[in-house]
Amino acid sequence: MSDKKPERRDFLFTASYAVGAVGVAAVVWPLVDQMNPDASVKALASTEVDVSSLKPGNTITVLWRGKPVFIRRRTQEEIAEARSVKMEDLIHPEKDEDRAKNPEWLVMLGVCTHLGCVPLNDKGDYDGWFCPCHGSHYDTSGRIRKGPAPWNMEVPKYEFVNANTIKIG
Amino acid sequence: MSDHEYIPKSKAGKWFNDRLPLLTLANHLTDYPTPKNLNYWWTFGGILTFCLITQIVTGLTLAMHYIAHADMAFESVEHIMRDVNYGWLIRYIHANGASMFFLAVYIHIFRSLFYGSYKSPREIIWIIGIIIYLLMMAAAFMGYVLPWGQMSFWGATVITNLFSAIPLVGEGIVTWLWGGYSVDNPTLTRFFTLHYLIPFLILGLVVLHIWALHVPGNNNPVGIDIKKPSKDTVPFHPYIVIKDGFALLMFMIVFAFFVFYAPNILGHADNYIEANPLVTPAHIVPEWYLLPFYAILRSVPDKLLGVVAMLSAILILAVLPWLDTSKIRSAVFRPLYKQFYWILVADVLILGYMGAMPAEGLYLLIARVATAYYFLHFLVILPVLGLKERTIPLPLSITEPVLGGSPNMAMAKKKESKLE
Repeated sequence: MSDKKPERRDFLFTASYAVGAVGVAAVVWPLVDQMNPDASVKALASTEVDVSSLKPGNTITVLWRGKPVFIRRRTQEEIAEARSVKMEDLIHPEKDEDRAKNPEWLVMLGVCTHLGCVPLNDKGDYDGWFCPCHGSHYDTSGRIRKGPAPWNMEVPKYEFVNANTIKIG
Repeated sequence: MSDHEYIPKSKAGKWFNDRLPLLTLANHLTDYPTPKNLNYWWTFGGILTFCLITQIVTGLTLAMHYIAHADMAFESVEHIMRDVNYGWLIRYIHANGASMFFLAVYIHIFRSLFYGSYKSPREIIWIIGIIIYLLMMAAAFMGYVLPWGQMSFWGATVITNLFSAIPLVGEGIVTWLWGGYSVDNPTLTRFFTLHYLIPFLILGLVVLHIWALHVPGNNNPVGIDIKKPSKDTVPFHPYIVIKDGFALLMFMIVFAFFVFYAPNILGHADNYIEANPLVTPAHIVPEWYLLPFYAILRSVPDKLLGVVAMLSAILILAVLPWLDTSKIRSAVFRPLYKQFYWILVADVLILGYMGAMPAEGLYLLIARVATAYYFLHFLVILPVLGLKERTIPLPLSITEPVLGGSPNMAMAKKKESKLE
């Protein structure tokens, strides 16, 4: 086969297979893509939360895109603790200043970055959160400090619409 | 396979068989020469077929009442339990049937490991079996999600999140699997679809599994190649049918015990609480049959490597025929392998226990040692053992050791003539 010079027929075979492959891919893609989030799921992209009743040291959990979001009004000690941590001590180095623009408010997805459980509040070795599933410890900035989780808890896009209302998404 | 061509006795039978040789197939299956020394560990193939059919029949009837919707699934399962005629019975058979299926498949797999049934020329039978086992795990996992209880929801969350360990595309794959940004209604409906599909895929693979088996024929406790048909074989019907039937009855007693006396003992109480995406149960545990792999996942401190280790623990079985370098099949003639075999059995049981315990302290340490040993067994012990071990001489036939090396020719002749 390899000794032979390519003929007209070889060209026709290759061209036919190529067109066939494109055709198969064009049919398969809609069947695969239908499983991605649909328009109605994407439409639920933002949630507004009234946080006026939240006292320092308390956390509320709200649902956004089917996932829990922690909103914590942090105490001065917690802020100080989060800001005093050295970057080299962190598994996933992120400054607390970048995670909580307004230091009193920490807003993040309440989803452990290991396998997606909801960590427990005010637990663990670093005064923040502890995930009961596989033992990940997070600090008062929601950063991973110990355990199998690879990253800090994710901070979603959010903004203060006014002094009492946070819009997530 | 019998050498002679099968010809149906009746004229109608012959007419039909010439057009679709189903009767030839039935004749092949009944006359099929089977080693006469098969012990009860060989009855689990039939038991597994029974388990598959039980799951399909009970599953079809449950699907007539179940509603695959996040708002209604939990209630529809309670409706089945309380209102549907015999709904409790059908659901308990289906739920415990999954456990019985795995119990039987583990015995079947460890039978194969002991008697070397995975070795040449039966590698394809073995690999098809491993694919069936993987599909069983997928079906069981998705089935567990359908009642939409707390364990359903969080089990689904944890297992689908395993894919997020894949670099770069992981998060995209998880979103695709969910059909959203968390486990929710789209996830439930697709899991129901796949849970319905997989048993039929398994059924197709079972046909291939048996087809591939009927090419070389059964392995046997002595593990030697035998002539078929010969004085070393008996026809499948009635000899093996009766033996399989008796074993199946014994198995059904165990099955019935769970269904009628302890229907929830193998499940988890948290799954009678409806799914709540805001609260994770304090202690997430998979069903018992997945615990050894769960222990392996948790014993590796890195997320990606943990997932890789868990998958490797299953996939390593597919290449087992090439990892085991020994030409001798049966552990009966391999004094060292026999000991390592039982250590492996203990190792897997220990892993299973550790998977049910919290991943901390001594439990974690033991799980890590057991994980290391699991891989050591397949990757180091088996390849080396095949080259170093002094095995016991094999008999020439199944009959030889029984008749003291001088087979009674008259007896053997008589039996052979009966077979023909």
